[in-house]
Amino acid sequence: MRRLNVPLLRGLLALCFALALWQGVVWISGVPRFILPGPGRVGASLWSNAPLLLEHARFTAVNLLVGLAAGVGLGVVTALNLAVSPGARLLLRPMLIFAQAVPVFALAPVLTLWLGYGAASKIVIVMMVVYFPVTSAFFDGLMRLPAPLDDLARMMRATPLRRLVLLQVPNALPSLASGLRLAAVYAPFAVIIGEWVGSSRGLGYLMLMANGRGQTDLMFAALVVLAAQGLALFALMEACARRAPGPP
Amino acid sequence: MTALRLRGDLWMGAAPLIRGLALEMPGGVWSCLLGPSGVGKSSLGRLIAGLPGPHRLEGVLEACDGQPLAGRVAMMAQGGQLLPWADLVGNVTIGARLRGARPDTARARALLAEVGLAGLEARRPDALSGGQRQRVALARVLMEDCAVVVLDEPFSALDTGTRLAMQDLAARVLKGRTVIVITHDPLEAIRLSDRAWLLGPAGAEALALPDAPVPRDWRAPQTLTAQAALLGRLLPVAPACAG
Repeated sequence: MRRLNVPLLRGLLALCFALALWQGVVWISGVPRFILPGPGRVGASLWSNAPLLLEHARFTAVNLLVGLAAGVGLGVVTALNLAVSPGARLLLRPMLIFAQAVPVFALAPVLTLWLGYGAASKIVIVMMVVYFPVTSAFFDGLMRLPAPLDDLARMMRATPLRRLVLLQVPNALPSLASGLRLAAVYAPFAVIIGEWVGSSRGLGYLMLMANGRGQTDLMFAALVVLAAQGLALFALMEACARRAPGPP
Repeated sequence: MTALRLRGDLWMGAAPLIRGLALEMPGGVWSCLLGPSGVGKSSLGRLIAGLPGPHRLEGVLEACDGQPLAGRVAMMAQGGQLLPWADLVGNVTIGARLRGARPDTARARALLAEVGLAGLEARRPDALSGGQRQRVALARVLMEDCAVVVLDEPFSALDTGTRLAMQDLAARVLKGRTVIVITHDPLEAIRLSDRAWLLGPAGAEALALPDAPVPRDWRAPQTLTAQAALLGRLLPVAPACAG
């Protein structure tokens, strides 16, 4: 129990220090509260706007998770297909490399134009942002079967499918885990950019609205909720990634 | 008891590696291919195991019973053949699963016990020592139950004591099979083989071996004399050390 609590205590201590620093800057510089509200004010705003924040956070979180799941699922399926089919590699791989060069975030306005202001455009942008790193990381891992294991598959006369399932996939799980970590970093960006480009709900929308009305404390409160969401997502991915067996 | 015959020239791309090979490896005994690094002995191992590589044989490699060799050879290499994600039973039974057969876990456990790993079945390879990992590889070779076994420098990465113990173990558990040992260690060749050849660019030269039964005692004077003679044969291949 002690060991579990020490990192938590250390984290809390660091948080208290950061909050004190923040409050100190506000006091010493005397910036007006519509530029930089202190932590106390933001905390009060969090409390009083809790139902509003919760409602918008739910919209954002659902889009984030649905987009993430779709992107990861599609990425895994694509990588598996590329690994089994040389034809698919020939056709799809250049497209994948090209697509990675296009900043997917820049497609947000187009996606909003095509899919509207609702959830669909956010889900699709998250999906696209997640899809490429997951696909390429998993595919790389699938194709990088160490030579001795490749020899093993030959000597044991494995069919291509069994080679894939029993050797290539387990060998690629650590790579997939690093793809998932990247996805957990990019996905929250994507969902917020999607909301900034055009939305009537979500934490990104709430931030823009609060900013427009000079409710800086609400904007910061939304930011805090967003950060908490990002951390929770990262912890979730980390937990998934840890389950990947084999060397890290 | 599958005897092997290998005749011809071994090529690496456009360059000849070993010319005029004429190896008759009898069934049911240990044949050893000894040679310095780079002579092409591992390529011969891969050739016999049916594995691809830049090597090419201009000649014949055949089993004397007339059946094709493919699927009847198991190879154990220096390392890296264990699955890091699977436990020891999973590692030993991977062959059956790759062929789509039901893995016989009871037999896998028995073989793991036979190579001295009883009680460690649930471990993963990274929790084992180098010698223990090669024991797992040996158990897997036994599990495959192939007529021909190629051991490609299987104990090179081990310390001397562990290596001697592994040689004794391998000699015991692989007794009666057609085994081809590839090594650069004269003592290993002398201890383990019923037939041995020294490989060089001009072909393979049959070596005289002590009369004692395999595995030969490493302390026996005949073993040590044969080892000294062989070391003398290997020495001129290396550049002379002039102080």
